[in-house]
Amino acid sequence: MADRENVVFVDGARTPFARAKSLYAETRADDLVVKVIRELLRRNPNLPPEKIDDVAIAAATQTGDQGMNIGRSVALLSGLPSSVPGYSIDRWCAGAMTAVTTLSSAIMAGAYDLAIAGGVEHMTHHPMGEGIDPNPRYLSERLVDPEAMLMGKTAENLHDRFPHLSKERCDYFALASQEKTAKAYANGLIQPDLVPVAARSSEAGVTLVTEDESPRPGTSLEGLATLKTPFRPHGRVTAGNASGLSDGATAAILANEKVADQLGLTKKMRMVSFAFAGVEPEVMGVGPVPSTEKALAKAGLSIKDIDLFEINEAFAIQVLALLDHFGIADDDPRVNPMGGAIAVGHPLASSGIRLMANLARDFVTNPNAKYGITTMCIGLGMGGTIIWENLQGSAN
Amino acid sequence: MSNSDQDALANPNEVVTQARVRYLDMPLGAGTMALITLDNGKDHTRPSTFGPQGLASINAALDEIDGTPGVAAIAVTGKPFIFAVGADLSALEMVNDPTIIAAFGKLGHNVMRRFGEMKIPTFAFVNGAAMGGGLELALHCDYRSVSADAAALSLPEVFLGIIPGWGGAWLLPNLIGPQNALEVIISNSMSQNRQMKPQDALRLGVMDVVFAPADFLEQSILWAAQVVRGDITVPRPDIDRTTWDAIVEGYRAQVDARVHNATRAPYVALDLVAAAKTNSRSEGFDAEDAALTELVMSDPVRASLYSFDLVQRRAKKPTGVPDKSLARPVNKVGIVGAGLMASQLALLFARQLMVPVVMTDLDQTRVDKGVAYVHGEIDKLAAKGRVSSDKANRLKALVTGSTSKDGFADADFVIEAVFEQMDVKKKVFAEVEAVVTPECVLATNTSSLSVSDMARGLKHPERVVGFHFFNPVAIMPLLEIARAEKTDDSSLATAFAVGKGLKKSCVLVADAPAFVVNRLLNRFLGEIIACVDEGASFADADSAVHKLGLPMEPFVLVQMVGPAVAQHVAETLNGHYPDRFHVSAKMGELVSQGIGGVWQWDDNGNKTLDPRVAAIFGDAPSTMTPDEILQRALVAVEEEARLMLAEGVVSEPQDLDLCMILGAGWPFWLGGITPYLDREGISQTPFLPRGVASVPA
Repeated sequence: MADRENVVFVDGARTPFARAKSLYAETRADDLVVKVIRELLRRNPNLPPEKIDDVAIAAATQTGDQGMNIGRSVALLSGLPSSVPGYSIDRWCAGAMTAVTTLSSAIMAGAYDLAIAGGVEHMTHHPMGEGIDPNPRYLSERLVDPEAMLMGKTAENLHDRFPHLSKERCDYFALASQEKTAKAYANGLIQPDLVPVAARSSEAGVTLVTEDESPRPGTSLEGLATLKTPFRPHGRVTAGNASGLSDGATAAILANEKVADQLGLTKKMRMVSFAFAGVEPEVMGVGPVPSTEKALAKAGLSIKDIDLFEINEAFAIQVLALLDHFGIADDDPRVNPMGGAIAVGHPLASSGIRLMANLARDFVTNPNAKYGITTMCIGLGMGGTIIWENLQGSAN
Repeated sequence: MSNSDQDALANPNEVVTQARVRYLDMPLGAGTMALITLDNGKDHTRPSTFGPQGLASINAALDEIDGTPGVAAIAVTGKPFIFAVGADLSALEMVNDPTIIAAFGKLGHNVMRRFGEMKIPTFAFVNGAAMGGGLELALHCDYRSVSADAAALSLPEVFLGIIPGWGGAWLLPNLIGPQNALEVIISNSMSQNRQMKPQDALRLGVMDVVFAPADFLEQSILWAAQVVRGDITVPRPDIDRTTWDAIVEGYRAQVDARVHNATRAPYVALDLVAAAKTNSRSEGFDAEDAALTELVMSDPVRASLYSFDLVQRRAKKPTGVPDKSLARPVNKVGIVGAGLMASQLALLFARQLMVPVVMTDLDQTRVDKGVAYVHGEIDKLAAKGRVSSDKANRLKALVTGSTSKDGFADADFVIEAVFEQMDVKKKVFAEVEAVVTPECVLATNTSSLSVSDMARGLKHPERVVGFHFFNPVAIMPLLEIARAEKTDDSSLATAFAVGKGLKKSCVLVADAPAFVVNRLLNRFLGEIIACVDEGASFADADSAVHKLGLPMEPFVLVQMVGPAVAQHVAETLNGHYPDRFHVSAKMGELVSQGIGGVWQWDDNGNKTLDPRVAAIFGDAPSTMTPDEILQRALVAVEEEARLMLAEGVVSEPQDLDLCMILGAGWPFWLGGITPYLDREGISQTPFLPRGVASVPA
């Protein structure tokens, strides 16, 4: 890449993810982000809040408690000085990832020194597709298959394209996701980046949410095999090999590396390159393939240089499509070592930063790892990839 | 308590506050916390209160927690913005059996004290308003956090005529010492029920820690975990028990100077705090039960609760007022006059309505002085940080002055505050009417002249209303709005909308001389001055009212108002009702000599009679006792109140009482005035049925 400033990932955290219509039903989306930002500020006391150049918060549905320019709104609600600006970002599932790349671009250009990126999706308050109004041209000109608007159907379409990526392989991957998540919890690897949320239920009272609600540690292959395929009769995509509808928020601190050094901020990862790429919307799950190719090319790296992968598990089939493309085994230990969205859930626009926080943690667990990838598929046919360099490893 | 007590206490209208329990893992591996949420199922406009069923729900929650193994801490919090605001007093309104009051007090104690007697630490996470029994519940807990946005924190019982009766009078002094406890229980309560800000509560030791609202509960739970683990030790003050009695007696002297034994509550509270020095917890709580029962079974306390209801409810929903939809918008205000009263009005209108305000007066010097006064007051507000500099600029730009009334042309509401003389006021209204639109409301701040007479001769008398403020207008909450003979509904509705916009409590009164407060107050004062004319001493006349606990002695009040003004009002009322309103020739002499009042104060605050006054009135020994003076004054007030109701000055005794509480500052325990007249047997026939402002039969 051309001359530019280096961007470092200082810290990232998230709320525990709750199942939709459950623990956070009476908690506001903006409040979820606020709690994460405040915790990040507390645990990074060297970060002077007034020096934050911008706050970018993503949400796929930007209305109600995710509206009112949620970026600026949560900056104010978090108690940041009113001099700190904020804006909102939308790229559906890759919202938080795009908040990171957009702010990073400004840091690379030297425009910004410090920024907060984040994402939130309260799928209870904002069910997928809320308020959408697709242009009739999609239909009349056959621009996009109507099935492209339903993510589960695009996952079924992916099975059609890659018949050798069977339902059994998907279920096996899903089971592994549950097991890896359970193990990561048992080893205390996930909890450090969770910000507890006091959630009220007017019926039951207030409780403290300290862990993800979705994981099903007792999952078995036999159990998975019996699940219904809601998107197609006799299909392959089930609630067991896909991520569940969830409520949650994430946020991260990004910095110009020199500024991070001056302030004494932690530096967990350095951004190497990023890319987004489009594919046919009806097979949106394959999006990470071209975006990863592009990001690797920009970085001058090959897939063999990558030591760790954090791939969003919107659907098991979409992860397998990426691994298959690069010739990586379904159960490669470098992939999602702490499990993924199939177990913990996928509050759309928030998930990108969960991947990064996980990767930062993976880098600690794997000090010899040098490069890692965070990648995810995006509705309406896209993929996004960021390549990161480990700053917590043995080389440093 | 027995089942029969429970049945007797049962209130079918109780809005039950439920205690909901959840178990959660505290951070830092501190173990399981049982978190109780108090929630009455309504939004914050109906705060959670405690009735018998609500207390039973808390008790059941604690029973459940007690039976749950492995709980390391108990915490209690509230619904959004509200912790809890204490006893549901409506449950007591119709109770006339002291055993039931005592049972209610004991029930509260027995439930709440469990928070202080658990084997595991207990925490109150005071997320919002905590008053009375709500704050007492928090005090029973071992530790307390408070949200930085908690809007109301207080023990308002003494303000209501009772005492903190669910542990507060014993717990608080033993927690923070008698000095700080009495600041909360006595000083705040007797200063118009002043609320603590969270930082005040922290400073006094009522609260242990303040957290920001954004993640108040999360941080409170983390703090609790650290306390449970021993990472944090919450400091408690060493209480000096040797100075305890002296502190209580110091407060007693202050209370005496204020209320002269006219109300029992502060004295009973002082006794309880005094006894808390040595009382055990149980002794302290028993003493609270006994004291509360005695007080609630007394008429003055029922009158206090009646008064509280008047200012809380009736003041916000005035009776007999035309529908607010008839009100016309008011986007510009004119004020005739630029004197002190007019300037105060200009400031009030500009601040509260945020519309242009034009003041006029006869010459430029007076206009400039008036505008300068308003601008100066706005600058003072800005200097104190009460308004921002942008807001101050906005307010100052709103207030202008002129010697011409042309600026009223597009005004929607013009109020006159010129000299209290009919021909002057009529001339002013005629001049204003020549300029304004036919719909513009013309309001008069007269205190004693006939509004209907003032409107007579105008082309549009239907837009004239009486709009009577009390001094100082920024502080006194009452506004008497008078309907004149021809006032139409739309103009009256507009006047009430403006009054509400000014954040005043408005009472509809008939266009009768001096309306309510000045008429009753001057009948009262006139009778006392008559006693002095007949040979009572000024000292006896002043001390005569101590029994009522009025905010000011009569001749101190006259001195504050100014004898000339007082005499002018007396003469005006005497002109209307020569048989009943006394005019003192000797007071007239005092005024003509330009004497500012009867009393002189030395540097130590001791008052002595001005020798010039003694020369006018004579200095012979008093011929009447204070009780005799008071009796005469009250008989006169009773007659006047009765006549006013018969004349329809207001529709109900409640409005007389509300006016006296808000306009004259007469205390809650008098119930304004009619409950006192009833209970003292002065009323010829009772103003109110038994039970409305007294213990039911």
